[in-house]
Amino acid sequence: MDSTEIITRIKNKLPGFDALSIAQNYPDEICIKISPQIFKDTCYVLHKILLSPVMMLFACDERKTASKFVINSVFVSLKSGQWVTVSMDLPQENPSFDSLAKTIHSAGLFEREIYEMFGIEPKGHPDLRRLRLHDEVWPQGNYPLRKDFKQACEGNLNEYKFNRVEGDGIFEVSVGPVHAGIIGPGHFRFSVAGEPIVNLEIRLGFTHRGVEKLFEDKNCFVAMRLSECISGDSSFAHSLSFVQAIEKICGSVIPAQAVYIRAIFLELERLYNHVNDIGGMAVDVGFSFPAAYASVLKEAILQLNYNLTGSRYLKKINVVGGILIDIDDAKKQLLLKSLENIKQDFNELVKMLYSSVSFMDRVDSTGVLRKKTAEDLGVVGIAGRASGIPLDLRKYFPSVYKEAKFKMAIQESGDVLARLRIRIFEFTESCRLIDEFTQKLSEGQKISVTPELKEGVALGYQEGWRGPVLYWLKIDSAGLIQRCKIVDPSFNNWQGLSYAVLGNIIPDFPLCNKSFDLSYSGNDL
Amino acid sequence: MIHILKNRILKGIVTRHIDLGLPIEINAAGSELKILIQKRFGRSLNIREVDTGSCGACESEIISANNPIYDLQRFGINFVASPRHADALLVTGPVSKNMLIALKKTYDAMPEPKFVITCGDCALDGGPFKDSYYVEKKVKDIIPVVLHIPGCPPSPTNIIQSLLSFLIN
Repeated sequence: MDSTEIITRIKNKLPGFDALSIAQNYPDEICIKISPQIFKDTCYVLHKILLSPVMMLFACDERKTASKFVINSVFVSLKSGQWVTVSMDLPQENPSFDSLAKTIHSAGLFEREIYEMFGIEPKGHPDLRRLRLHDEVWPQGNYPLRKDFKQACEGNLNEYKFNRVEGDGIFEVSVGPVHAGIIGPGHFRFSVAGEPIVNLEIRLGFTHRGVEKLFEDKNCFVAMRLSECISGDSSFAHSLSFVQAIEKICGSVIPAQAVYIRAIFLELERLYNHVNDIGGMAVDVGFSFPAAYASVLKEAILQLNYNLTGSRYLKKINVVGGILIDIDDAKKQLLLKSLENIKQDFNELVKMLYSSVSFMDRVDSTGVLRKKTAEDLGVVGIAGRASGIPLDLRKYFPSVYKEAKFKMAIQESGDVLARLRIRIFEFTESCRLIDEFTQKLSEGQKISVTPELKEGVALGYQEGWRGPVLYWLKIDSAGLIQRCKIVDPSFNNWQGLSYAVLGNIIPDFPLCNKSFDLSYSGNDL
Repeated sequence: MIHILKNRILKGIVTRHIDLGLPIEINAAGSELKILIQKRFGRSLNIREVDTGSCGACESEIISANNPIYDLQRFGINFVASPRHADALLVTGPVSKNMLIALKKTYDAMPEPKFVITCGDCALDGGPFKDSYYVEKKVKDIIPVVLHIPGCPPSPTNIIQSLLSFLIN
């Protein structure tokens, strides 16, 4: 589908549609600029014709250079493997726009984010509470992502208002931010009627570190290392999305060897996290042997990462233009041999779990996330695929995965078992992919090119183990980052969790939570 | 059940020897340390972990230090669920403004005697996040810190070695 086809389809549904400009900057990106009056309707039409949730919705402060704010909304067209960005300009005085949230639910959180970070009001939004800047510690009227923000000024502090469920026999159970386990901080407010949960409100933002602001005015080579610290368990997926955006802007052609090596590392990251989660589910039902077994397996993969790259979490190996670590013949042998053992052990782990009736009883039909709910919330990645949403960037975008005949995992039931099955399937598939990619490697090939920095805008995207990791970047001619918008798959998926637990009992919450295994730091940024 | 038994036998003992750079063998060090910890802390050393905004990699490595391969528990060091049960607080991450109160409250909830350890580069001085508008001062300026474990993230071996050599000395 090219840009004219998309425009024709929008016009069919929206007769008054008129674009200010249409640009196809890259084969996989279409950018449509429109006036604020038709922004809401255009987004709704695109949401319907592309069957895509709002994948990103964010603001940019361009008051200094162009006296305006810009709002961008990004949709994905899976059919044609393209990203469609709709953007509009807003005046710098009293900026506001009509909220999309009531017609497109997946826009809701993004709009709250725009309001708290830029002070641009989405008019008619049903819930404008802050997500990350907690009212108790951050005075009102301070918008940190505005370019002229230096430090927080004095102002009123407020208290956060939780949604309240009232009625006979309703109890509230509040958990966090410091939890019993060794995990990130978040606050969970359960409303229960007897045993079953009738409402769960998840308050996050505890690990907010202001990373989007930190990226600004940084040289993109320096910022590379920051992208690895956004979410520790997805450091490679994050750094890969980040460099992909820069490489698109620079027009760099990455050597084939580096492309395969990057894909191998991305799959290795998926392997250790999937086995970690499978073990975590066993922990949460008190099934200790498989849990310990999985942790040994995870350690083996981390050890393999270390032996290949010198970093257990695949940090400091990605660079703009390629990769620093080559996989030579010796490493190839090591990789294939270790993978063989890992596969064998993994099959044993799966057998242990599947043959335990009590384990299966705990995971089957627990924490169901219905497909309709998942679609409305814009749930992506593993959680989305477990609820029947066929979204995996590896399948739809031209890449090494297409030539390796990548098979996407999909389940319909949306319960913990479905999310477990997705992981098991993907683990096996990733092993196969690594095998296939390794065959394509040959020694002594070039593994990086030196990019020439240019001014520009691009979207970097990778299917991390949790789901799509998106980086929207704008850099100036000196290579300094003007705006970096990050969307981790956890952002929309946390909402999915709060719906999946409804009707379940609190003792099953850890299990439901682990089956999503979302990132606190990736969400909080 | 049969799979569990089979794998239990096939895998055997996976726990790894950890070199502490001490003249004594590790097993001896393990038992000696256990005696030492028992003397100083009554039973075991109990640690409560608090994440004040880390990316999750430090947590992952702390969990790994408790897996059967590194098996931190063999030295008498346990991670506990509540600060009320803890002798030591292990802090990771730069201190996000949102976690400042939680960090102080967790520390206050611990019974005396108590001490604080920081883990990972962020917890030392904010690491890559130190210039952020939302990161508070260093952990050691909020609560007294006696030991820092460097790394991004520190490996399980680093964590265990740092903890043990600190306790022995």
